[in-house]
Amino acid sequence: MTALLPRRGLAQILALIVILAVDRVVSPQFFDLRLQDGRLFGSLIDVLNRGTPVALLSLGMVLVIATRGIDLSVGAIMAISGAIAASLADSHGLPVVLAAALGAGLVCGLWNGFLVAVLGMQPIVATLILMVAGRGIAQLITEGRIVTFSSPDLVWLGNGAILGLPVPVAIALGMLILTGAVVRGSALGLLIEATGGNARASELAGVGTRAMILSVYVWCGVCAALAGVIAAADIMGADANNAGLWLELDAILAVVIGGTSLFGGRFSLVLAVLGALIIQTMNTGILLSGYPPEFNLLVKAVVVLAVLLLQSPKFSGLAGIAARLRRTKA
Amino acid sequence: MTPKALFAATATAALLLALPAKAADLTIGFSQIGSESGWRAAETSVSKQEATKRKVNLKIADAQQKQENQIKAIRSFIAQNVDAIFLAPVVSTGWDSVLKEAKEAKIPVVLLDRDIDPSGKELYLTAVTSDSVHEGEVAGDWLAKTVGNKACSIVELQGTVGASVAANRKKGFDTAIAKHANLKVVRSQTGDFTRAKGKEVMESFIKAEGGGKSICAVYAHNDDMMVGAIQAMKEAGLKPGKDILTVSIDAVPDIFKAMAAGEANATVELTPNMAGPALDAIAAFKDKGTVPPKWIQTESKLYTAADDPQKIYDSKKGLGY
Repeated sequence: MTALLPRRGLAQILALIVILAVDRVVSPQFFDLRLQDGRLFGSLIDVLNRGTPVALLSLGMVLVIATRGIDLSVGAIMAISGAIAASLADSHGLPVVLAAALGAGLVCGLWNGFLVAVLGMQPIVATLILMVAGRGIAQLITEGRIVTFSSPDLVWLGNGAILGLPVPVAIALGMLILTGAVVRGSALGLLIEATGGNARASELAGVGTRAMILSVYVWCGVCAALAGVIAAADIMGADANNAGLWLELDAILAVVIGGTSLFGGRFSLVLAVLGALIIQTMNTGILLSGYPPEFNLLVKAVVVLAVLLLQSPKFSGLAGIAARLRRTKA
Repeated sequence: MTPKALFAATATAALLLALPAKAADLTIGFSQIGSESGWRAAETSVSKQEATKRKVNLKIADAQQKQENQIKAIRSFIAQNVDAIFLAPVVSTGWDSVLKEAKEAKIPVVLLDRDIDPSGKELYLTAVTSDSVHEGEVAGDWLAKTVGNKACSIVELQGTVGASVAANRKKGFDTAIAKHANLKVVRSQTGDFTRAKGKEVMESFIKAEGGGKSICAVYAHNDDMMVGAIQAMKEAGLKPGKDILTVSIDAVPDIFKAMAAGEANATVELTPNMAGPALDAIAAFKDKGTVPPKWIQTESKLYTAADDPQKIYDSKKGLGY
């Protein structure tokens, strides 16, 4: 229940340290840092910078999952907001671009929230609609091309630096603090957890569960839109076919690695972001290792399995159960 | 005007209108996959241009990436009794029955850009495709020639793991540089054919190779990954095109923009003009009965900074890439 110092984050922190150590072994310069054009430069910074989109997605996703929902459309929302940002970047100022892109995310979130909270659709089906249609909408906006732009303001959002730290990382950090302050600084987090734990009981106890569900999907949409703008700013173009592709799965994985149950009822923002960092630390390590790319997914699966087993209380008790079984047989 | 005179006048007018239309050659149905990529969009617009150039009436049916739509389109082309059918097959199997129908209707079918499985070879007239192994070879040969006798460590951005184009472009490049002991691929990783992954992978290559100082050249299986890699090099304080040579494949407009800025060195074209050779083959087949070879290979043209990249960029950017 703590906002910034998680009690139950030991397994995740341990996993991160182990993966960092492995990265150091496969790539001796992993912890080297230097300044390049006023920006910190090194593999650690890459991990933070490349982990930003999934970290942002997981910030919204963790709240949705806490209400016992799921949002499969975040990757598509990234594509839509990126497409809008890139199309407007060279003709409008940054405030307009951001307002339009984030506004689109908000509308997408409202749509998902409406389907789930008002029409009572199952979240996985409701958000599947936008997952499929959203990428089509993005392709319509870009007309199937990669829309490039050169607006220095938007490019700064992807490639600039604040006190040496890449701007995307600073944004993700800001969003983490903002989200944390809102949901943990008030009773909101508790109400979200109550909604996920038992919606009917919460409703009877006077929790506005419908409003809770609607607002978490909206927030998820806004976070996804922000991730989409950053992804577009990073490559100075909107690639509607590929932006955010399959990232919804990485975001869900980050939340799960962060120890949040898909059955809802409790969540940790910090651990979800830590989960995103664990995924990216592993990805960057794989890229640095020089193994043939055919092994990428296999390595990833094995590491994820190991991290999840590490968290499983049953797994640590498995040895005991096996011993007991043997005793009964004998 | 009497009814009789009116009829005569109308008939004459109709005849006058109909005659040149009859003389204006062929009607060809083209079942296009859909708008899966910028290259595909460019192929569609170039096909239209080539048809207009030859005064051919080209009917394009967009299949939205679905085979059943393509089969429907081919059936409707057969019903309209077109002179020939172009097909860019979305998958390589399952065409036998519809192609048999076309064969029975004596309508020749030309495959564009992709081939179908071997059992159906007698069911189409010819296939116009690029040889992706050859594309890799052209890229490798250019690099070998440019580097000369210097030792050169190459990093490779592969396409999607499992894609045949990626495997072929890798094979061709490897064959070309195998003849030169001074050229060596030191790192190779997939960038999934996208800009974002190309950039991310290049960032890691730069870190792993001592800040990029030991890298002499980058080879990317497509231009989009190279555009991402160029950004990664610039952000690391390196000068792509000068410190590190670049060679990639596809020849999309944005790589010419980079080339014009001196940040890219070479690209091998996967031409979007598959319809041009196909139209020529059909014209020869219809006029003189010349049966084309089963495979018409398109040219894999190499472009470098010497080819006025700005001009090529301007000519290509309107094609819908």
